[in-house]
Amino acid sequence: MDRFRMIFQYFQSNSESVMNGICGLLALASVKIYTCLDFSCPCLPRYNMAYGLGIMFVPPIALFLCGLILNRQSLVMLEEWRRPQGRRRKDLAVIRYMCCSIMQRAMIAPAVWIVVTLLDGKCLICAFSSSVDPEKFVGFANITPAQAQELLSKVPCKEDELVRNSTSRRAVSRYLRCWSQALGWSILLILIIAAFLARWLRPCFNQAALLQTRHWSNYIDIEQKIFEETCCEHSRLFAHKCILHFFESMRKEIRQHSFDLPRERDGEEGEEDLLHGITDQDQVNKLLKTWYYEKPPLDVS
Amino acid sequence: MDKFRMVFQFLQSNQESFMNGICGIMALASAQLYSAFDFNCPCLPRYNMAYGLGVLLVPPLILFLLGFVLNNNVSMLAEEWRRPRGQRGKDAAVLRYMFCSMAQRAMIAPAVWVSVTLLDGKCITCAFCTALPVETLGNASHHGLSEREVKRVLARIPCKDIYDGQELVANEVAVRYLRCISQALGWCFVLLMTTLAFLVRSLRPCFTQAAFLKSRYWSHYIDIERKLFDETCTEHARSFAKVCIQQFFQGMSTDLAAAHCHPPIKAPTDAEEASEKLLGITDRGTMNTALKSWHTCKPPLHLHPAGPHSSNGWAGEWQPPTQPSPQPPT
Repeated sequence: MDRFRMIFQYFQSNSESVMNGICGLLALASVKIYTCLDFSCPCLPRYNMAYGLGIMFVPPIALFLCGLILNRQSLVMLEEWRRPQGRRRKDLAVIRYMCCSIMQRAMIAPAVWIVVTLLDGKCLICAFSSSVDPEKFVGFANITPAQAQELLSKVPCKEDELVRNSTSRRAVSRYLRCWSQALGWSILLILIIAAFLARWLRPCFNQAALLQTRHWSNYIDIEQKIFEETCCEHSRLFAHKCILHFFESMRKEIRQHSFDLPRERDGEEGEEDLLHGITDQDQVNKLLKTWYYEKPPLDVS
Repeated sequence: MDKFRMVFQFLQSNQESFMNGICGIMALASAQLYSAFDFNCPCLPRYNMAYGLGVLLVPPLILFLLGFVLNNNVSMLAEEWRRPRGQRGKDAAVLRYMFCSMAQRAMIAPAVWVSVTLLDGKCITCAFCTALPVETLGNASHHGLSEREVKRVLARIPCKDIYDGQELVANEVAVRYLRCISQALGWCFVLLMTTLAFLVRSLRPCFTQAAFLKSRYWSHYIDIERKLFDETCTEHARSFAKVCIQQFFQGMSTDLAAAHCHPPIKAPTDAEEASEKLLGITDRGTMNTALKSWHTCKPPLHLHPAGPHSSNGWAGEWQPPTQPSPQPPT
């Protein structure tokens, strides 16, 4: 019983920490993937915006879905949501609580990606260099619009021969990076203020109901784990009995077919017990063959 | 038994995490393998596509098959699939569950390889450089080269040091374009895979939860039953061997008694446990004979019932030892 209690406590306290750990790992993985990624803007008029915005928004979606997949609690929540009512009432508040906590954790890695992208600046420079007003910059002011567009789309590529030593290219690049970083820091500030408010204001509203929903959501999680463990234990015992029955039935069959006198085995335990009456090469072969060709029925009554 | 129970629970509860661990290791190994791989585009018109697509598609196939090979449950699935029905019905749902869970795990490493390859861009650059739209990216009209020549020039795009078509289309422009397409394909592939995985995982509780619980229970049961049967057979084999060898030594001692007119083994008293373990073999010549006959004439795989020790049946073939007559016991 003590062991069970320890295991209970372990699961209770560590289910949340396991999920927090996975969430943190995903956030680190998103930063690592961004730094390993070789960002190469195509520097072509229509492709820039698609590439830049694609790199900014598609990986966060994938990271969000990964966060949902890797979180065990999302399955538990879905099962609780979809189960038939049966004899146990369903509490929508518990399901909502679980959904909220899953979503919050899953949104951390995408938010980290977007913030890192904006703070780095390359994506925004690539996406919006063609949208900048050429009049503001000296090198692009006195040329035809088509040429201006072409030059502006080459701004993200430092080594391109058209804009290699152009000061206006650097000016546009700095301008866009400044906007990008401002946006990045603003988003970070908004997210942190939102998280701060959510955590601080929550106890002011309905703390008792919150305690209840948190308790029952933990309960559902633990109940499912224990059910799986009990099923494992049961299938082990079932298998054990089934195999013993099989050996017994083999022993009876052998006794019926051989004409040995029934032997009294008083006090002969140990080895004879383990042999289950199978003492011959042919008998062993027959046993193994029967195990393959005719597995015993799943019935240990 | 308690120890066995703990070990079983550990293995069972951790079998899934063990499989997940192997799966994660293979994914990391495939990423590492790609970075260690020295990609060498041939830069020749028809070879580029074959090489690029080969590097993109052949290793994932190998990794997928390796995922099946490294999975212990493959033999279990094959056994359950091929066994005759006998007295126990076969459940196709259980087989499907086992196959699906194995296939899902085996698909992770190939997906990682394809994603990393596409996001890196070298394969697509190599494979599709001859299909570059020269009209939009470069000077299509000014070169006066035949189409075959153009293709030959374009095929050298991945090899910067031998590229000679700078007037046709700039190398950096071409490489950026192809890499952009490759990365777009890569991210679309990643998004597609994660969406599929998410749908597979989340639609299951909505539709088939009861059937899923049943299939999962019975697939674990089949695995546990197989392990327990192997254990029981090992225990049986151990006992069989022990009794067989005991009977061999006892048969040898009976033969010695018959051939040498030695008195048969006395019933051991409590203080003579050590001499009981000697099983009636107490001198070098007899031991040598026992060892020789163990090699030349192993006993049949047939345990005698408990009773008077029967002989091993080779009294007539028994050779007297070549040493002088045994010394009287001291």
